[in-house]
This record gives sequence, C-alpha cells and structure tokens, in this order.
Amino acid sequence: MPKITIDSTEIEVEKGTTVIQAAEQIGIDIPRYCYHPGLSIVGVCRICLVEIERMPKLQVACYTPVADGMVVHTNNEKVQQARRAVLEFLLINHPLDCPVCDQAGECWLQNFYMQHGLYDSKMVEDKVKKQKALPIGPNVMLDSERCILCTRCVRFCDEITETHELGIFNRGDHTELLPYPGQELDNKYSGNTIDICPVGALTDKDFRFRTRVWYLTETPSVCPGCSTGCNINVHHNDHRPYKAGGIRVSRLKPRYNPDVNQWWMCDEGRYGFTQVDADSRIVAPQKKTRGDWQLLSWQDAIDEIATKIKGILKKHGADAFGVILSPQMTNEGLFAAKRFFQETLEVENIDFEVVAREKGYADDFLMKADKNPNSEGAKKIGLSAVDNSGLEVAQMLADAKDNRLKALYICHHNLEKGFKKEEVKEALSKVDLVIFQGTNQNSTSNLANYCLPSASFVEKDGTFTNFAGRVQEIHKAVEPLGESKPDWTIFRNLSKRLGKSMPYFEAGDVFNALAEEVDAFKGLSYEKIGEHGVLLNGHRASTEKEMGALVA
Amino acid sequence: MSEKIISKFFDIEDSHTIEIYEKHGGYETIRKVLKQWTPEQIIEEVSNANLRGLGGAGFPAGRKWSFIPKDSPKPKYLVINADESEPGTFKDRYVIDHYTHGLFEGIMIASYAIGAHKAFIYIRGEYIRQTERLVEQIEAAYEKGYLGKGIFGSKFDLDLIVHRGAGAYICGEETALLESLEGKKGWPRMKPPFPAIEGAFHSPTIVNNVETLAYVPTIIKNGADSFANLGSERNGGLRLYSISGHVKNPGVYELPMGIPLREIIYEHAGGLENGNGIKAVIPGGSSSPILTPNEIDVNMDFDSLAAIGSMLGSAGIIVMDDSTCMVRALYVVTRFYHHESCGQCTPCREGTGWAEKVLKRILDGAGRPEDVDNLVEIADNIIGNTICPLGDAAALPIQSYVKKFREEFEYHVREGKCDVKGQ
Repeated sequence: MPKITIDSTEIEVEKGTTVIQAAEQIGIDIPRYCYHPGLSIVGVCRICLVEIERMPKLQVACYTPVADGMVVHTNNEKVQQARRAVLEFLLINHPLDCPVCDQAGECWLQNFYMQHGLYDSKMVEDKVKKQKALPIGPNVMLDSERCILCTRCVRFCDEITETHELGIFNRGDHTELLPYPGQELDNKYSGNTIDICPVGALTDKDFRFRTRVWYLTETPSVCPGCSTGCNINVHHNDHRPYKAGGIRVSRLKPRYNPDVNQWWMCDEGRYGFTQVDADSRIVAPQKKTRGDWQLLSWQDAIDEIATKIKGILKKHGADAFGVILSPQMTNEGLFAAKRFFQETLEVENIDFEVVAREKGYADDFLMKADKNPNSEGAKKIGLSAVDNSGLEVAQMLADAKDNRLKALYICHHNLEKGFKKEEVKEALSKVDLVIFQGTNQNSTSNLANYCLPSASFVEKDGTFTNFAGRVQEIHKAVEPLGESKPDWTIFRNLSKRLGKSMPYFEAGDVFNALAEEVDAFKGLSYEKIGEHGVLLNGHRASTEKEMGALVA
Repeated sequence: MSEKIISKFFDIEDSHTIEIYEKHGGYETIRKVLKQWTPEQIIEEVSNANLRGLGGAGFPAGRKWSFIPKDSPKPKYLVINADESEPGTFKDRYVIDHYTHGLFEGIMIASYAIGAHKAFIYIRGEYIRQTERLVEQIEAAYEKGYLGKGIFGSKFDLDLIVHRGAGAYICGEETALLESLEGKKGWPRMKPPFPAIEGAFHSPTIVNNVETLAYVPTIIKNGADSFANLGSERNGGLRLYSISGHVKNPGVYELPMGIPLREIIYEHAGGLENGNGIKAVIPGGSSSPILTPNEIDVNMDFDSLAAIGSMLGSAGIIVMDDSTCMVRALYVVTRFYHHESCGQCTPCREGTGWAEKVLKRILDGAGRPEDVDNLVEIADNIIGNTICPLGDAAALPIQSYVKKFREEFEYHVREGKCDVKGQ
C-alpha cells in the first residue's frame, strides 16, 4: 500500500485511492465542485488543485492517484492562490442574486468563498447573460447563469439513470447546460440532480421560494415510499412554519447509506411526503353518528372502543373479530398490535397483506413494486394469516359479507387498492364495529365507525425492516399533528384499558421487547441500530458486486 | 541549403496523383518496408532521425510510437491530425494539396510500425477542397490495391478514412480530436491515460500531425542519419515554415530545423514591405510568446526557442511591422482564444472572456491603470491550471505582449488612444 504525506501527515492508503480521498481519510477537506464520489471523475472545475512535490504544475486532487512517497500540499500559498483564482473565475459571470436564490445558505460558491476566497473582486465588465428560470422537467428549474458547468447532473443522467437527458452546449463562457432538444429532465430520479448541484443552478420546483434553508432542521429517517428503505433526512421548518403556510416538512433529501441507496433516492419517495401536512390528516379520534363524524377525546374513544370490543368478543367470540394490520406501520406498531390482539384479545384473524391490484413501478435500481416500507418486518414478526392460522384479508371481507365477522380493526389500508370498491363497501357495511386507525382519511376510513389518528412517519421514532432484512430507524422530526399518536401507543393504551398493560414508554422499549421475543430480531437492540441500520438474523449484506449495479 | 523533401512537389503539376508521385520514386519505400522491415526497425529509424511532432508539441515521433502496448488485444489506430487551425499556420494544407500520396505513404509506414489496420485523417471542416482531394486520392489508392486488404500484395491490411471536423480549434488538441472523432463534443480528456494506451474507441492510438508523417517515407528511404543531419541537435530534418504578416513573400518554406528566424524573414520571405522595421514576430503560431526585433536571431528549433521563453510550435511565423498596435494585436489573438475556448474547465472558459473584455475596454479608450496588471494576473491564473494547453495558448500571448510592450498598453490606458503611427 502506497504511503503518502499530506500536509505533513503521513498516511498509508489503498492503491488506486485518489489524493482527494486520501486527504478525506485524515480529515482534510479539499474543496470540490465537479468531483462526486458516486460519479465518474472529470477534473473540470479545477478548485481541488493541490501541489505535489516534484510535479511542475498543480494537480487536481480528484483525478490524481496516490503514489508511494508522494508529498502533497493542500493549503500552501501557491494552492491558496490557485483556489482563489478558480473561485474568482467561477464568480465573474455568476449573478449576484443570492438574496433571491434558494441555494443561498447551502451554496458551495458561498461556502468556499468564505473558506478560501475573501478577495476583492477585480471584475468590472458586463457579465455574460444566459437563460434564467427555465423549467427543464416536472421537478427541476434551471438557472443557467448560476451554473458553474461542473457537469455533475449530466453525469448523473449518463451514468446513474442512463437516461441521457442533459448535455452541455456551446463553447467558452457561453457554454450552457440544457436538456437535449426535444427532451426534458423527466426520469424517475431527476430530483437527485438538484441535490448534487453545488450551486443554485438546479432548484426544486417543489421548494423554490418556500423557505430559506437556514430555517430548516435535519432529522435522519427512512423513506416510507417502498420496501427499499432509502435513507433520508427530513428537512423541517421548526422556526417559521407560519412563513410556509403551516407546512412543517419542507423536503426530503437522500442520506448516504453505502448498503442501501448510496447518495440517491427516487422522485416518488422524494415528493411523496405531502400527506404529512395534508388536509386529509386525521387529527383527533372520531366516531360516526348517523352519518356524521363527531370528535372524541382519547379517553372517551378508548373507553367506547374497549367496551364495544369486549361486548363483541363476549357475544360472538374471537372468530368474529378480524384485524388488518399494515406494512406501513413500524416494527414497534406491529409488535404492539400483535401483543394486543393475540395476547390481550386472543384474536387469531390477523393479516397485513393487501395485494395491490395495480402493480407498483419497479426497476433494478432503488424502486420496488412493494410500496410499503415494512412488509419484511410484518412477515418476520409473524403477522401473516398463515402464521396465525387465521383468515386472510380476502377471506375476512368474504366472511364480513356473509355476516360472520362482527368487528374489523383496519390499520392504514385503503382496501380499495386491493379490492373492488363495491366489494369493500358491501363487506364493511355488514360489520357491526369497524375501527380505522391511520394517518389520513381514505375511502376505507370513511366506511368506519371509529377513526383513530396515527402519527405519521415524521412524527415518531421507530424502525422499518427493508426488503433485504435491514432494520433501520426513523426519528421524530416534528410533533404528532393534532391528537395523533404512534400506533404502538394506541395499542398500549387500548390494551391497558382492557386489562393488560405493556411496559412501553418509548419506541426503543417496544423494539427491545420485540428483539427478545421474535427470533429474527434476537440479539438486536434499539441502541445499536446506528445510522446505517443492522441486518436481521439470517440476512446477508449486499455484495460489492450487487452494490456495483447501483453505481454503474 | 537547397535540400527539399516535400516542397519540391509543390511546383510539379499533378503531384497529388499516384502516377506523378510514383514517377518521382513514390511508394517504393512502403513496398520495401512491407517486405524487409520489422515494425521495431522502423520505430528505431524514426527515433534516430530525431523527427519531432510537427503539429506543435515537438514530442519525438519514434518515442511516441514505441508507447503502443505490444500485447494489447485491442485494435490499434493511427489518427492523422489535419485540423490545422493555429492562426498563422497553413503548411498541412500544402502537404495535402501537393504531397497527397507522400502523406499516404507515411501513414502506411506508421500504421505498419504500430500495427494499425485502420487510420483516420481528421481534417478541419474549412478544408473543403483538401477533403475532396483526400477522398479522391484515397479512392485511387484503393483501386490500385495500395489501401484495403493486403496492400501492395502483402499480408498487411490498411483502411484509410477521412473524417471532417466541424470547425472547432480545440479539436486540434489530440484528445479533443479523438472525442470529436468518436462523435462526441470536442472536449479534451484528462490524462493519463494517454492516447497510446487508450485513445480512439478505448484502443491504443497514435495521433500524428500531417507534416510529421509526410517526412516518414524519406527517413526510411534515405536513412535516419541523412534526415537528422539536415537539422540541428535533437531536432532532425527540415520543416515547413508558414510565414505571413508584413513580409514581401508570405508562404510556406521548407527549411532546416534550427535555421535562424532572421534568415527566414529576410532571405526567404523577402524582408518587410516598404522597408518597414520589425516591431514583433510570432515564431510558432499565435499562441507562442511574441519576440521583439532583438530576439530574431534565435534558431528555429524546439529547444532554442524554449530557451528564450517562447516556442517553435507549428512554425507559423507572423511578422508585424512597426505600424502595428500591440494592444489591438493582443485583442485579436485573445478574442480568438476566447471564441475557441471549449468551455470545459474553469480558468480558460472564464479567463479568456474576461481578458478579451478588458482589452476591448482599453481599446475603446476606457482603460483603467490597474487593467494592465490585471491582464497579466488573469493570464497567470490560467497558465498551468487547465486540462489542456489551450489555456496556456491563450495566456502566453497576454503575458508576453504586456511584458514586452508594456509602455504601449500603459499609453492606451492613460491617453485613451494609440500612439502608433498609422493607427
């Protein structure tokens, strides 16, 4: 392994490592615009120039592989001068529209100017004019004047999505990034180009002029949009929600996880969070009386529902009770539900799977057809009908239609996604007690007698298990809306009211209990999940070759 | 010094045809080579002849050929750089026009030496007549069996393809040329890998200038020493000097490497018009640092010019007499490099445009005292910091014009006008 010296620190690195990577290993951040670890190296921005002894010219750290005995200076006078020069070149034709630019505050021109620039501009000429506010796709706006032509977005579309929508046109300082004629930036992953744009050239239509980024707080989480479980950061506006029309969650950004999504996420997941602040949110317990919804306190709701459940079980027995849980729920919600229904109520008709009639979009990259984040968790916890020798969802609906089912507890599902509208309506109308528990109203909740408000994925702690058996944490970014509560809390409260208390105070308590009880989770603990998740027993990590498919 | 190799064909009628070329001993060398020479022997002979890359970089041609990996399973390519676009340079056009089959014979020998069975001539888009000539003469060579399967009855196959550029100066840079040849935007590549390892279509490729290859048959025919001895130390043979500007007889002159610049100007190009004095001379294409009258005794070879801080480059000499405004001259040169900057890397993309604007402002009478130093600083900040040599090509004139004619720039800034008579 070659040994090199960077700013008088000696380090041994693997052969093939570039100078920029080697410097990172010892905590030296060499500035970069065009370099991105997930993309090919082009060396065009020139901001990462460093001095390497015995080489006549400065070298780009991103492209230069280490060689044994190399002595690198990343911050001497010569390097600093070159950096200032490159920054000044990048800025001479860059518009001074930071006050109205959404990137301000997370702009690498601003950041590097403060870190490495701090010169007085000598540029007094007219700047080159280019196109501004050009919609280049359903999600992305282009401001050509702000573009520094690093080509990260072009390479993303060439190398990651292989959709080739973007190109660089014209020459010299008239060079411009644009979609190819007749094309638009409309692929399933287009939002990533905004993330990797180091400046304000590509901005998100969904985010433009909504919030200044310095009002945002980041909370690590996991995308609930499909069974891949891409790691994300939830960007939420805690400080000035009134400036954003009360919208608390401003955007989702992918969070690096080498074993899951690397740097990326799909647009479906990225823009799929709007239900969190939607008008359809169920914000308080409610019951339907003569066709009208009436709000209840939690106390009353729990009391009434507990009494009705008890009555039905007594009169018709556990066979007349059906439970449809959801792979949208966390492991904790599912485990608390399992204990409540199986142990407290001794019900056997438990299932969670509603096969969607319309198959979800899937590809060989990040998008899975199963649009639930926790199907694997639900299976492993043992909530399939087969595990409990109870009824499957379809059979429950059939039994309901034949008046054999007297109570149905439905979590989160919109049953119309799996069954015909009339079928669902007919079946549910024949059940005496239909309880719907979920975050948002849907056509199933409208058929219920009671609705209980669940906290959404940004409003609670917990874990999902992705398709590959990786347990990953979500974290509470904002307070539960209205009276909503995490699913596990609701089941805990109901259980207590019906005579069996669960000693859970936090999501971690539920997870640790689950880890003790369920084989696949044995040996795991909430405290040890970490930022990149852990694998369930019997699951292996993706091989480098498999992950290679993600990068290539 | 009356030895001529290429230019003796300039005055022969129909010298571009196979018949006339063969009448003057053409295609004898390749026939011998195919029968008697090994590729290694050719490379050694060309190395010993001190043949340098005559496109401008001056890299020893034989050494370049030796970089082709012997054990690569990939096809090898020879690419002929006929994108002649450096202002002041027009020699390759003469070679194509009058020494067409001499060039082909050089291509054949070089292809055989590096094991290439396909060669591409990348010709600048503006050379329409030359393109027609190449296509027509390549067809004639195919008909005779000089190109195609088993050339000259040997077992060696060679196809020759003409590819027209679209008019970008940058496509004369060898890696941008290869990108363009592959059908992509002409943006220079990062090196390494060098083309000899990974060039056209990811395969080992040698890129040679037209003139370089045109000298190859003579080297093999007459021997390395006889060629080397025509030139100076480490700079073998003759080369074609393009001379233009304020001289009586502009044109292409085939003269030895290392001949004094003064001799070219006064003896061969007839001196200046109207008996004017020299103000400045560009020795090797517009990118080479400019020379003052007291520097023109320099010998025209790569090493001598490098020693005085300039370069031989493409040997495109531009003579400026004392009626020339150096600010305007630099503006013209800078405008060219701004127009031709490919836009890929930051310093050249942004710096060339900035410098042009500053120069334009000075010419318009709105210069500021700090502009002169600022111009040099822009140039300093481009040099050495770019992917390809275009950045240096743009910056070197700025540095040298301002350094050597600083008073003229300062006068322009101070007075808002030119102090050169006749301007």
